[in-house]
Amino acid sequence: MNFFVQSFAVARKDLAIELRTKESLNAAGSFAIVILLLFSFAFDVDEIKDFSGGLLWLVFAFAGALVFNRGFARELPNECLDTLLASPLSAAALVIGKAIANFAMLLVVELVSLLVFGIFYSVDWLDLSGSLGIVFALATWGVAILGAVFGALTVNLRLRELMLPVIIYPLMVPLLIGAIELTTAVLQRQPISGHLEWIRVLTASDIVFTALAWGLADTILVN
Amino acid sequence: MTQAIALDRVWKFYGDYAALRDCTLHIQQGSCCALLGRNGAGKTTLLRILAGLTNFQRGAVTLFGEKPRADNARRQSGFLGHGIGVYEDLSARENLHFFASITASGNTAALTNQWLERVGLARVATMPVRQFSRGMRQRLALARTFIHSPKILLLDEPFTSLDDRAIAMLSELLTEARQRGATIVLSTHQLREALAIASHVALVENGRLRYTGERTQEMLDDPALLYRLHTELGTPQ
Repeated sequence: MNFFVQSFAVARKDLAIELRTKESLNAAGSFAIVILLLFSFAFDVDEIKDFSGGLLWLVFAFAGALVFNRGFARELPNECLDTLLASPLSAAALVIGKAIANFAMLLVVELVSLLVFGIFYSVDWLDLSGSLGIVFALATWGVAILGAVFGALTVNLRLRELMLPVIIYPLMVPLLIGAIELTTAVLQRQPISGHLEWIRVLTASDIVFTALAWGLADTILVN
Repeated sequence: MTQAIALDRVWKFYGDYAALRDCTLHIQQGSCCALLGRNGAGKTTLLRILAGLTNFQRGAVTLFGEKPRADNARRQSGFLGHGIGVYEDLSARENLHFFASITASGNTAALTNQWLERVGLARVATMPVRQFSRGMRQRLALARTFIHSPKILLLDEPFTSLDDRAIAMLSELLTEARQRGATIVLSTHQLREALAIASHVALVENGRLRYTGERTQEMLDDPALLYRLHTELGTPQ
């Protein structure tokens, strides 16, 4: 059975459930909007451009935890996780599938947040969507794969809603720094080519985290 | 005949408690082994070890000569546990299509329709599973387990919540599976139904395999006979 067929089947199933229940998207989306709204009262529109990347990525990181917590928790009722682990589906395909679903959901939250950000902070980012797209895709995949791996690790913990953010935020640091630097630079209309070192950091983090997820999935989920 | 399942001197501990004690069980390909025993005897633990879901501390387990977590072993087995393993927010068709996509090859849509018909859920195929009765869920779980025609079927109390027609359907599915050479291990409290299908019997008590052997005509005539002869507590209530 093709690994990618299995991964995309898992992702499609998770997105179908999410579209029906909207558990993660409603929580993460409304959280992101409320935080952006509150910050718009606290800061002057002119000074926000200096730390717009930081503001956006902290919102995405916190909203992401709400999405990631549901990822594997969705498999607990009716012992669906056991069913998947006993099936021919490989544990790595399951984790990568979860990461793809996380990625898609987080991108939706990011898009909604960017729309709100543009309105509240008077930032016209539509002409920057190419550069922002590259930055967001690279950083979001890294965050999504981390969320999937540690969602798997914490799924059976009683305090998983607390434990997951505590574990993943320190590991997200290189991704977040890179994403913040690049997003701020792009929103300040600097060319992305002037910050290639951060693109390399994001790419390397994505590769390392994906390889770790691939290699450790069976150990994490079964042992 | 090929040996499909081999457990050799398996011990499983939950903390200090020994859930399985020195269990040895060899099952030939094409056999149907009914795993009998009272609640808490160790039947579910044994099935979970065979499915590769639970680690054990001592002994060895193989399915067709490979460890239960090996890709090839999982590809050839189907597991139905206590939890039915289907998604409440998806419809019966979506559930089966998902499991067909991750387990089976070929035309998954046709396979899905075929199994919806087979378990009598075609009429309610688009209804979310959360609206299903317990029996309908169990039938869906059976379809999900059988959909990739596994060579080893590990079924934990598969008769639960099934009405008489569904029990007949399950018996038919198990008979067909045996005819195509599948090996079946099923735990159950429904002695009569299990013994009617089984070729072999394994009786578990307090984590020990008290009896393993062929199912005999005497067992069919008197399903409680095994308990009377081989357990300390005697006839089940």
